[in-house]
Amino acid sequence: MTDATTLPAAAMPPRSARRRILMRRLWRHRSFRVGAGIVAVIVLMAVAAPLLSGGQPNAMSLRNRFAPPSADFIFGADNFGRDIFTRVLYGARISLWIGFASAMLAAAGGALVGMASAWFRKLDGIIMRIMDALLAFPAILLAIGINAALGPQVSSVIIALASAYVPRMARIVRAAALVVRELDYVDAARVSGAGAGRIIFRHILPNVMAPLLVSVTFVFAYAILAEAALSFLGIGPPPPHPSWGNIIAEGRDYSVEAWWIMLFPGLAISLAALGMNLLGDGLRDVLDPRLKIEA
Amino acid sequence: MADTTDPIIRVRNLSRDFQVGGRGRKRQTLHAVSDASFDVLPGETLGVVGESGSGKSTIGRMLVGLLPATRGEIELFGETITGPSGKQALAKVRHKLQFVFQDPHAAMNPRMRISDIIAEPIDVRGGWTRKDRADRVAELLELVGLSAAFADRFPHEFSGGQRQRIVIARALALDPAFIVCDEAVAALDVSMQAQVINLLMDLQQRLGLSYLFIAHDLAVVRAVSTRIAVLYAGEIVELSDKRSLYTDPKHPYTQALLAAIPRPEVGTRKPPIRGEVPSLLNRPPGCTLCPRCPKAFDRCRTEAPALREVAPGRKVACHLYDGV
Amino acid sequence: MLQIENLSVDFRVDSGWISSVTDVSFTLGPRASLGIVGESGSGKSVTALSVLRLHAARNTRMRGRIMFDGQDLLTLPERRMREIRGRDIAMIFQDPMHSLNPVLTIGDQIGETLRIHQKLDAAAAQKAAIGLLDMVRIPDAARRVTDYPHQLSGGMRQRVMIAMAIACRPRLLIADEPTTALDVTVQAQILDLLRDLREEIGMSVILISHDLGLVAEFAERVLVMYAGELVEEAPSLTMFARPAHPYSEGLLKAIPSADEDVGRLYAIPGRIPDPGRRPPGCNFAPRCPLVQPACTAAPPPLATMEPGHLIRCPVRLAAMETTG
Repeated sequence: MTDATTLPAAAMPPRSARRRILMRRLWRHRSFRVGAGIVAVIVLMAVAAPLLSGGQPNAMSLRNRFAPPSADFIFGADNFGRDIFTRVLYGARISLWIGFASAMLAAAGGALVGMASAWFRKLDGIIMRIMDALLAFPAILLAIGINAALGPQVSSVIIALASAYVPRMARIVRAAALVVRELDYVDAARVSGAGAGRIIFRHILPNVMAPLLVSVTFVFAYAILAEAALSFLGIGPPPPHPSWGNIIAEGRDYSVEAWWIMLFPGLAISLAALGMNLLGDGLRDVLDPRLKIEA
Repeated sequence: MADTTDPIIRVRNLSRDFQVGGRGRKRQTLHAVSDASFDVLPGETLGVVGESGSGKSTIGRMLVGLLPATRGEIELFGETITGPSGKQALAKVRHKLQFVFQDPHAAMNPRMRISDIIAEPIDVRGGWTRKDRADRVAELLELVGLSAAFADRFPHEFSGGQRQRIVIARALALDPAFIVCDEAVAALDVSMQAQVINLLMDLQQRLGLSYLFIAHDLAVVRAVSTRIAVLYAGEIVELSDKRSLYTDPKHPYTQALLAAIPRPEVGTRKPPIRGEVPSLLNRPPGCTLCPRCPKAFDRCRTEAPALREVAPGRKVACHLYDGV
Repeated sequence: MLQIENLSVDFRVDSGWISSVTDVSFTLGPRASLGIVGESGSGKSVTALSVLRLHAARNTRMRGRIMFDGQDLLTLPERRMREIRGRDIAMIFQDPMHSLNPVLTIGDQIGETLRIHQKLDAAAAQKAAIGLLDMVRIPDAARRVTDYPHQLSGGMRQRVMIAMAIACRPRLLIADEPTTALDVTVQAQILDLLRDLREEIGMSVILISHDLGLVAEFAERVLVMYAGELVEEAPSLTMFARPAHPYSEGLLKAIPSADEDVGRLYAIPGRIPDPGRRPPGCNFAPRCPLVQPACTAAPPPLATMEPGHLIRCPVRLAAMETTG
């Protein structure tokens, strides 16, 4: 073209720099930093549990029943003389797995339901009323019901919690997808003859990942708390395998004379939930689409 | 231009209603476009001018199948895309139609590379080898005045003017014959706007494209169009070749639009027309411009004027020209 | 009345500080009208917002002086600044919908300014609001005063914004793209209204716009900004008839005309440099048809070409002197 001379390369950051800017913004966000730090420490400790402890969370020692916190048992011991520190470390593995797996499962289910609702407008009314009905039900009651039906296994806890959080996820995905589907690039794809599959998977889904990712962190935190609640009610992961919830549940009969049995797993739960929430806050602030990465 | 050739696009009595205001008795019908009829010839640019709510974008969207028509007929390249077998007809001619959007930021998926954005029409249609596709992307980028090296980048790395060039490159991917440009330069700065207008004109000459150029800016429309349709409240009120429209506007609304353009010499502009575009829900009986029109008389209040030919190539919907 | 001396504004970004406005100086007398023209990123709005100190203090660094009635607005405590905002200096924005609170009636919103600055009671404020709506030519003001913003058209909303702005009879009104979101015919109405009000109230008006035609029609003097700098200042007729800076010249040539068929438009090549990546010498040098080696070496100064006409272009200045 005559005066449409080939323009110089735009002086803007390339892809890798965009990532770097995103990472730098995240790192500069104080609550993200603190949250990520907490979560990282907990995960590392769970992974390194055999190195940090005796490696036998279920080893009983009648001699040490109800040993209070000391140099040997830094978190004390329980009614079977099991080391609480070791149990909390191994418990992190189960609790974190339950949190992670149920958040992921809920995200997948929510994405499916939410996208269906946003795309097939005729189904929207029905789908969202069902989701509303499920939301009106306390999540924990729903989880109790599902868990009771499936029997006491770690997997049934995960399925129960995931199902309980699907409606929230679905709402978030639907809201974001409804915005994206009205954008010009979706129309551009339609003008080119693109079908529903291409539009959903190429254009809409990738652009609703940010809010989904943020809510995954929050559901992760809820799920860890809910696992504790289920265990407390006796329908958590089956003993003797330790989860933070069932360590507390087992300690509840001795809460006055052996407070440490409940205190330390309780602290671990609070810390993990706090860490995930802080991390999620940071992600939400940084991934906010209103903060454009330019210049 | 091509006076004697057959039109590539023939629109007859095209109307589009929208239902608004919930369900039951509260539901009202909004007539966004009423009874529009026009042709587009090969190689020409039909400018469509109007203010917000004039229905200009609605017409553009119906022409490329983004929005179904409520009534009337659209014939594209001999295929009637309205009516019962419209879908199959549209599929046959789809590759000849394209659309350029107002906001080049919203018109590109931020998570796709420029090459994938430009090649989307190719990918949807299928049947291209990887190498042909890459070559075509490079060719298109150069065609719109950008470097082929941009193919691997992402939209956020480009300025508004560059993004609009990329959107145009995508529109050209399958060698279309007809492109709807919906306010394609309205979001751009003046210096970028001139670049993009020149690009569109150059491409038209080189590739023999026809455009439907939708805009609110009369100066921009004058720069690009062959013929111009003036829309008011969903109706075509004047349809004319470019020169006569600007030198001798017939319809009082066209006259008002031209009079509203700011002029640097103080006091040279006539006082602007009163009022604003009416709500399309409560349109007045008779002529829609009537409540604002300085030349309205009794008949205008009761009877809606039809679009009639008042001179060769000039159509006006106004009772002032009833005797002509 | 208003005297801006060497105003520079920097904003904080991820990588440090970038300069948005560099060394801008101008004066504005009482009852005067001034236009500021520029493309996006030129710094025209930033300059105007600086007068009211509306930038977030944490991420902004301002240098220079903004003298208003003998006091420097940049050094005034925030409490004093709040008194000045709305009372002595008022502002209207591009988008009247986002500037109005949807849950309050327009009477309440106009009255609020009066209750803050003039300590009127509710009844008196309501009465004053009706008077103001009359002033901005809203028909049937006594009834409209209880309307909510969504009941009004875009043009009416902008009139309400203007009513709020003039409630305390300010001495300076800053209008930032006040007609950009409006239709062509409504734009002319608002412009006429602003001109009438300027005389009725005896205030000065700064009109900021990307549209040179609009600014030239409204204002006595025009400033052209480019990449954060003032590049030309002239009486508006001079600016329109014989712009001296190559950028102003290019900008004028790039605007399509509604009055004549121009054929191919002139397009300034390239684009505005991003803040933080401005060239070492003249900001316009990379796009300038007159560029000389000296232009890229050092930033050129703003110099007087003739009384009242300043340009930042030594090349053009030298050419003018040799030709007489």
